[in-house]
Amino acid sequence: MNNSLASGLRRATPQLISLAVILFLNWLAFPGFFDLRIQDGRLFGSLIDVLNRGAPVMILAIGMTAVIASKGVDLSVGAVMAMAGAVAATMTVEGYPLMAVILTALAVGIACGLLNGFLVAVLDLQPIVATLILMVAGRGIAQLITEGVIVTFNDPGLIFFGTGSFLGLPMPIIIAALLAIAVILLMRRTALGLLIEAVGVNRSASSYAGINSKLLLIFVYTLSGFCAALAGIIAAADIRGADANNAGLWLELDAILAVVIGGTSLLGGRFSILMSVLGAIIIQAMNTGILISGFPPEYNLIVKAAVIIMILLAQSASFAGIGGLFVRAPSAAKKADAS
Amino acid sequence: MNTTDELVSARDIRKAFLGYKVLDGVDFSVRSGEIHALLGENGAGKSTLIKILTGVHRPDSGTVRVGGEAVVVRDTLHAQQLGIGTVYQEVNLLPNLTVAENLFIGRQPRRFGLVDRKTMSERAKVLLAQYDIHIDVSADLARYSVAIQQLVAIARAVDLSGSVLILDEPTASLDRHEVELLFSVMRKLRDRGLGIVFITHFLDQVYEVSDRITVLRNGRLMGISPTAALSKVDLVSMMLGRTLAASTEREKQPETERREPLVSFSNYGRSRSISPFDLDIAAGEVVGVAGLLGSGRTETARLLFGVDLPEKGSATMDGKTIRIASPRDAIRLGFGLCPEDRKIDGIIGDLSVRENIALALQARRGWLRRMSSREQAELADRFVKALDIRTTDIEKPVKLLSGGNQQKVILARWLATGPRFLILDEPTRGIDVGAHAEIIELIKRLCHEGMALLVISSELEEIVAYSTRVRVLRDRVHCQDLTGDEISADGIMRAIAAQTGATA
Repeated sequence: MNNSLASGLRRATPQLISLAVILFLNWLAFPGFFDLRIQDGRLFGSLIDVLNRGAPVMILAIGMTAVIASKGVDLSVGAVMAMAGAVAATMTVEGYPLMAVILTALAVGIACGLLNGFLVAVLDLQPIVATLILMVAGRGIAQLITEGVIVTFNDPGLIFFGTGSFLGLPMPIIIAALLAIAVILLMRRTALGLLIEAVGVNRSASSYAGINSKLLLIFVYTLSGFCAALAGIIAAADIRGADANNAGLWLELDAILAVVIGGTSLLGGRFSILMSVLGAIIIQAMNTGILISGFPPEYNLIVKAAVIIMILLAQSASFAGIGGLFVRAPSAAKKADAS
Repeated sequence: MNTTDELVSARDIRKAFLGYKVLDGVDFSVRSGEIHALLGENGAGKSTLIKILTGVHRPDSGTVRVGGEAVVVRDTLHAQQLGIGTVYQEVNLLPNLTVAENLFIGRQPRRFGLVDRKTMSERAKVLLAQYDIHIDVSADLARYSVAIQQLVAIARAVDLSGSVLILDEPTASLDRHEVELLFSVMRKLRDRGLGIVFITHFLDQVYEVSDRITVLRNGRLMGISPTAALSKVDLVSMMLGRTLAASTEREKQPETERREPLVSFSNYGRSRSISPFDLDIAAGEVVGVAGLLGSGRTETARLLFGVDLPEKGSATMDGKTIRIASPRDAIRLGFGLCPEDRKIDGIIGDLSVRENIALALQARRGWLRRMSSREQAELADRFVKALDIRTTDIEKPVKLLSGGNQQKVILARWLATGPRFLILDEPTRGIDVGAHAEIIELIKRLCHEGMALLVISSELEEIVAYSTRVRVLRDRVHCQDLTGDEISADGIMRAIAAQTGATA
């Protein structure tokens, strides 16, 4: 057990160092960055902010990890967020009880995931094309649901999912953490994780070995759809409204990025949910840092791109010599291979 | 032999990839006005030789002469300029362009700088008329059958090159009538003085159309002979070769009394794959499957294991009717299949040896009943020891193992499920001599322990060593069973070479 913990930490070294460097730079830019205070029984501070703001991408990244591990990709998650948010907001305004609202919004996500899974697993469409369909159509459907306006609501029950707190922590963090734990248990306490990795590495050989690859593929896209709907509910609750045009916009790319930063290969196979969540935190720490440092927001994207290139270089074994800062992890990995 | 009418000749060609000799001193020549069949099983070196003649690869040593002059073929364009054109099995044309465009792409007739469609169509029509093909040349190529596409490709290649035409398995996806059409075009071109290289796996076609035969095996030249002077049996024995290894001596096996079959397939078949066949296999029996490449061996395995679905026929196990609609069904019944292409259908390269061994058992138990890492490790350790899998540790990704050890890992994966009926498709291909002998021993042992096995192999000596019965396939038909004393390399070769329509 200690051994696997140690090897896990070693694997996460580039990401942990990246996060530390970003947090340090944030602290240089804003000396109060690490300050935490309790107000009204709730924790406040920039660190909490990072986690809170990052929760939707963390949640998306959890589902995206499973999809990418299966050698796929889900481009529709941003649009599914918008749809789920639109459904939740519209139903709330029309006076449906909270439970019905949440369940319906989640069901929308599951239905979208089933559709993606069907296209990929049964019709054998390339994942990038299959999910592109909903990425485009989904936002249109969301606009139809909201009838083109931003639907705002004041239902305290729904708003609680975005701005409420529990045990001193904002709800989005609680939800993301619980989801991460649940999915990690689902993947690693059952054989699902292994079977998904097997299908991701070699679908044909997996089928020969008796794995029901179709069902597994449908499952991962459904999980991703569910996660996207959950993120959509949180995003809508956070702003007390559903904006079909902007909710979840481009977040599919952040989610994919989080998974990649976390070290799961886009070629499928080995995955780690926890590392993807760490990837999402790194992305958000960067966003927050650029905002609070007073750089004009237009720099945000460029700085982000530069930092991402550095992180990916640090992970790449062939650049082990160049990335002097991060040299330990890749060389350790090489030694393990050679032995 | 008059060398002046040799259009292209290659002498003492050697080529190695990563230290592995693919061609080892091969001679080859094409004369004007002949159809020359180039034959050999997988890995014989046919395609490498062709690629050297067409400039895709450079030989490590040896000379290529075109019209008597030594040349270095730089690339396919250069080969075309030298007069050597090639048509591959998968037609190398653009289906979404018209027939005329395909014929003249890259050299369209121009008028005022623009493509002159009218002239192009007319020239295309004239060109195809030489082959008695009269089609609408302004229609998309994709509208026409594979046979027509093939002929268009040939017309283009001949028009571009004009002295040597290489046809790489042109008949693989054609029906009988289309093959006739192709042959008549080939004969016509031959009579015009072209030299044609014909690569195929269908021996009947070789005798039907070719004038001379060159046989390669494992990168060596096995023989060159006029077709009329080479009997089919001799040809097959050249292709399959005879290696005498002590380890593959056939044991005197007790004459098996007729046992109740464990699994029995009747009238099992699928069109365009394998003709309907009957097959019974009893526990403790090894049925060897012999036949040339493309004779339907792998298709048989895929059908039995539910990878492909039979269109007709029924199957029983222990006397009860069974339905096999997927590998999962087959595995539930206690089947296992080590597929022919280890890399594509066998190993899960990035996963560890441990996970690869446990995979089929885990898949059968279902996702809810996870095997703990310790259970997997115990299983893997047991099989690493039992099959002598050479790996530094069981956590190593399986792709880092040698071919023979990867094969053992896949065998272990199936043995872990405790199969009753195991299908092995080319279990010894591409593995080293040591692992080779071990796998043959294992097959014999499993048989003694009462498993039913179906083993497909191109190595005749190997089939002879372990089979209690040999099933011979030819041109996608199960055509003959050999038992008892009939099982010998000679007997199998004779059966493979027998004329189509011989007694089943």
